[in-house]
Amino acid sequence: MANPQDKKNQAEGGFVYLPLIAGWLVPGAGHFLLRKWGRGALLAASILGMFGTGLAMDGQIHTGAHDILDMLSMAGDLGTGILYLLSRVMGWGTTLVQVTTGDWGSRFIVVAGLLNVISAVDAHNLRTGRKA
Amino acid sequence: MFRPSHFLAVLLFALFASVVFGITQRETPPKMVRYGIYCFVLFVGSAIVLSWLMYFIAR
Repeated sequence: MANPQDKKNQAEGGFVYLPLIAGWLVPGAGHFLLRKWGRGALLAASILGMFGTGLAMDGQIHTGAHDILDMLSMAGDLGTGILYLLSRVMGWGTTLVQVTTGDWGSRFIVVAGLLNVISAVDAHNLRTGRKA
Repeated sequence: MFRPSHFLAVLLFALFASVVFGITQRETPPKMVRYGIYCFVLFVGSAIVLSWLMYFIAR
C-alpha cells in the first residue's frame, strides 16, 4: 500500500524522468529535486569524493575504447555525467598511469560513475513512488 | 598528488560505496545506517581476508 509520501511524489507534475536525468548529470541532483536534501547531500559528497579521490590519485579518464575493458571502463566513466564532460574540457585525468595508485584512481573514477547511476535510478524510484 | 596506502584506499573506497549502497538499497534512515555499516564491514573485512589468503598463496 502506498504511503502519503509516495502519493505526493506521484501527484507531482512534470516530467517523470527529470530526477533520473538530473541525478545522472549532477550527483545528488535527482534527490534534491525531490526535496530529499540529506540523502542528496550524502550521495553527492560520496560520489564527488570518490571521483575527486580518483583524480587526486592520478587516475585516468577513458576517452576511447580500444578493447572490451576500455569500453566497460568508459561506460563507467560516462556514468559521472557532467563530471565526465568537465574532465574532458578541463583536461583532467589525461596523464598516463605510471604508478599503482594511478591505477586505483582510475578504478575509483569508474566506480564513482557506477554509484552515480545507482543513485540516479534511486531518485527515479522515489519519483515514481516505487520507493519511499 | 595523493598517494594513499593500500589500506587507506580500501577504507576510502568502502566508505564512499557504503554510503551510496546504504541510502539507495534501504527505505528508512535507521535501516540505511545499519546496511551502510554492514557494507563497510564487508568491504573492509573481505579485503583483509583476501589479502591474507593471497599472502599465503604467494609463499
